Amino acid sequence: MFTAAAESLLRQAREIQAEELKKFCSRVCQLLQEEDLGPDALDALRRLFLIVSATKYNRRLEKTCVDLLQTTLCSPSCPEPLQLLCAAVLREMSPSDSLSLSWEHVQNTWQLGLLASVLLAQGDQKLVRSVGQRVLKVLESRQPEGPSLRHLLPVMSKVASLAPDTLHEDQTNTLNKRLVDWLRYASIQQGVAHSSGGFFSMPRARQPGPVTEVDGAVATDFFTVLSTGQHFTEDQWLNVQAFSMLRTWLLHSGPGGPGTPDADDKSELEGSTLSVLSAASTASHLLPPQERLREKAFEYCQRLIEQSNRRALRKADSDLQKACLVEAVLVLDVLCRQDPSFLYRTLSCLRALHARLCGDPACVRALLPIARFFLTHGEATAVGAEAIYQHLFTRLPSEHFHSPMLAFEFIQFCRDSLPLFGRNLGILRMSFPNLFKFLAWNSPPLTSEFVALLPALLDAGTAVETLHLLLDLPCLTAALDLHLRSSQAASERPLWDVSLRTPGCLEALRDPQFQGLFQHLLRAKASGTPERLAPLHQLLQPLASCARVAQCAEAVPTLLQAFFSAVTQFADGALASQLALLLLERSDSLYQVPGYEARVHRVLSAQFLALCKLHPSLVVERAKELLEFVGSAGGLRGSGRVLTSVVWAIGEYLSVSWDRRCTVEQINKFFEALEALLFEVTQLRPSVTLPKCPPQIITALMTTLTKLASRSQDLIPRVSLFLSKMRTLAQSTAASSVHSEEDAGAICTRATELLNLLKMPSVAQFVLTPSGEVSEPRYHRDANTALPLALRTVSRLVEREAGLLPG
Amino acid sequence: MVYAFLIHTLRAPKAEEGLCRVLYSCFFGAENSPYDPRPRGPERDRLLRKEQILATARQVESMWQLQQQACGRPAMDLQSQSSDEPVPLQEAPCGAFRLAAGDPFQEPRTVVWLAVLSLGFTLVLDAHENLLLAEGTLRLLARLLLDHLRLLVPGANFLLRADRIEGILARFLPHGQLLFLNDQFVQGLEKEFSAAWPR
Repeated sequence: MFTAAAESLLRQAREIQAEELKKFCSRVCQLLQEEDLGPDALDALRRLFLIVSATKYNRRLEKTCVDLLQTTLCSPSCPEPLQLLCAAVLREMSPSDSLSLSWEHVQNTWQLGLLASVLLAQGDQKLVRSVGQRVLKVLESRQPEGPSLRHLLPVMSKVASLAPDTLHEDQTNTLNKRLVDWLRYASIQQGVAHSSGGFFSMPRARQPGPVTEVDGAVATDFFTVLSTGQHFTEDQWLNVQAFSMLRTWLLHSGPGGPGTPDADDKSELEGSTLSVLSAASTASHLLPPQERLREKAFEYCQRLIEQSNRRALRKADSDLQKACLVEAVLVLDVLCRQDPSFLYRTLSCLRALHARLCGDPACVRALLPIARFFLTHGEATAVGAEAIYQHLFTRLPSEHFHSPMLAFEFIQFCRDSLPLFGRNLGILRMSFPNLFKFLAWNSPPLTSEFVALLPALLDAGTAVETLHLLLDLPCLTAALDLHLRSSQAASERPLWDVSLRTPGCLEALRDPQFQGLFQHLLRAKASGTPERLAPLHQLLQPLASCARVAQCAEAVPTLLQAFFSAVTQFADGALASQLALLLLERSDSLYQVPGYEARVHRVLSAQFLALCKLHPSLVVERAKELLEFVGSAGGLRGSGRVLTSVVWAIGEYLSVSWDRRCTVEQINKFFEALEALLFEVTQLRPSVTLPKCPPQIITALMTTLTKLASRSQDLIPRVSLFLSKMRTLAQSTAASSVHSEEDAGAICTRATELLNLLKMPSVAQFVLTPSGEVSEPRYHRDANTALPLALRTVSRLVEREAGLLPG
Repeated sequence: MVYAFLIHTLRAPKAEEGLCRVLYSCFFGAENSPYDPRPRGPERDRLLRKEQILATARQVESMWQLQQQACGRPAMDLQSQSSDEPVPLQEAPCGAFRLAAGDPFQEPRTVVWLAVLSLGFTLVLDAHENLLLAEGTLRLLARLLLDHLRLLVPGANFLLRADRIEGILARFLPHGQLLFLNDQFVQGLEKEFSAAWPR
């Protein structure tokens, strides 16, 4: 545990000064030079490691000290803890240019491994390659009594992934041959116990028997990682190591060398007809080493799949079986990509496996690599795997949304497999309600994944329903929590929020009126018809204070942004129009989580304007609905952001230049509505139910009214009257109790500017309803049409006029 | 393969004071970008690595805090666990998340973490790894480290016993290789380790 003592130790290690460190280094040197490296040396090295690792800045150690560390590491008689610490200190200091390890004479493979770890940490490709070459030399030597090779295979694996071009083809083949030996021909007798006693130990220890399977039965076939025994022989260890690195090795030493495994799939298909024929006709021992390794890897995977069906006696072995299943499928995938002749045998095997695993809830995570396999290879063999995808997307999320690891793996699977879905993309898209369950329950780790996934999930058919569900996401979280409470057995560990009790909600869950809405919210597939979930919002109100719901609510604005940036790429006029109305409708029908409405309104108001910009005619097309929205009191709730955007959009886009169908009548009707709203807004005193009206609404209303007046010039006298009233109102003392001085000043200024503009109606029209060319730079550079010029002229004229008037 | 392993502190949700401290970290290999035109000094590289690790630890801590809050578990008194009770590792909170390329590691990485009381054990993996195996390995490492370093005894300070941590990692996660070890293999390795490190 991290106590105060540990904290102070860490601080001391960080703050040690250069002088002190120098002295300490010389002490370390002294201790390391002694014949007998005892506990003092160990203690000193431990402290040295802490000093070097505690700070992120470089620690300059004396050259003699560093050299001595290297020598100690390579010395054959050094005890293990000291070796490890020397390597650890040297690694901590990496990358370092003061290393001068000479390791040609090191025979001990354990030490070789430690040295390799230091060298690989330097980040130098040349060093990585030389490590690879050296290790390979040892691995190639056939010394049955020689040093244990199992410390070196992981190094080889690391080198292969860091610098895949390290080995030449014949070196790769040599290693392939040895890997085949270790994978397929390891001993199936248990190892002998290493007894430490010499002459006086028990003579003739019991003969070890054969290895066993994880369920205790005697092993039926060759040795694998799922074979157990009391003790293990060296080659059995190598079997474990070899399988552990198999996938990396196959990927990095496969045809075409390293690089994207999905590339060259098609060319492999053509080139492999030869290998199909040769695999069928040649006995396996006549195959070239790489093909032979693949064949043996294939056998190994099949054996693992069979072995994982056994009921393990220990829990740890049971977990390992599942990990082995996943790995076996992953390796089979690599094999089939490299050599499509394996496909025929693999497909039937995996189909059977899938059927077996479907019924086992503990093996749920192993279904994902199987689905991925079928996605990758299904096309090539014209195999319809729809049943597999259906099961995956329909059943899995509903039953297992609460498992954080599965949720992450599932979404990662969706994201990584996107290019492979092809004509099955529809299944993915239609299952978005199920996918959102993962997000609703586990929002912090999955939000960024969904932001990347959303564009692929959306199309014109599902956009509207998706937006509804996104806005209802926190409500979905609450519904899932309630669902777990009502469905989980009492004996299981509770998965829901245990700090909250909700007896009322559970009662109401049984009400048939709500059941339909619940079923809709918890549906697995897109239904095509949105439902109004407002009653559910109320019902689930007690759960709104749940931490999980709050976390989900925080994620929604980001997702909304992602949604809109994706949708605006393909939305046509009709969809933009539909979405805009949806925004307005939902803006006051949200699940009430503290702070949620305000955050969502911020996004919705900005996106409403974006939609209008995308399709300006929607203001005219949906004039009726917009009028209703403006007239209702709902828009004034909250910060009034959405209302401000709507008002602004009306001002911008309700004109003939954007849509020929705009009539003077429409403009007048809007004018009346907005004028009434402005009146209402300014007369209102803030109360408990209606908070203070933000000045943005007032200025937006004034500006929009002016814009409308500039298009229908009969309205100008009314507006001028209103504006001067506003100015007086803003300046009066009564206003200052409602608005701050700054806000009142802003209102006053805006009113004045607008009034001045209206004094010259044609200029007003030019300024407030510019033609579409206003976005062209030429518009502003051309001295005859430029807007700034017009404005300057206006202000000068107005000032002159003001100068003529008294007061 | 594993790129890095770290042990760090976890502060209770809403804890105001203290910092997230990385108590031990270990890299397997190095990220290298042969295409980076800027001159790379070794000091800068090391500083970068340390900061990447700290950034990862902080992210794990906040993921854990959020998960704890979401489950409704109150900020328990994390020091109160006695050293005799076996820590229920099977139920220890764990999770995974992805780190995009450049943020903070050069390549895209997956992070798997396990929280045992107030300590976090984290593996930084390559992007497409066998997560079932990674999770199992992490639980195994946590169990071994807790057992052999007696991390739960208050005051027992493992900052100065990095050699044991190294010994465990060298056997159970050699060079960042995740191993498929069944129970008997684990016992065999543990015996080897105990022989080299008498308690």
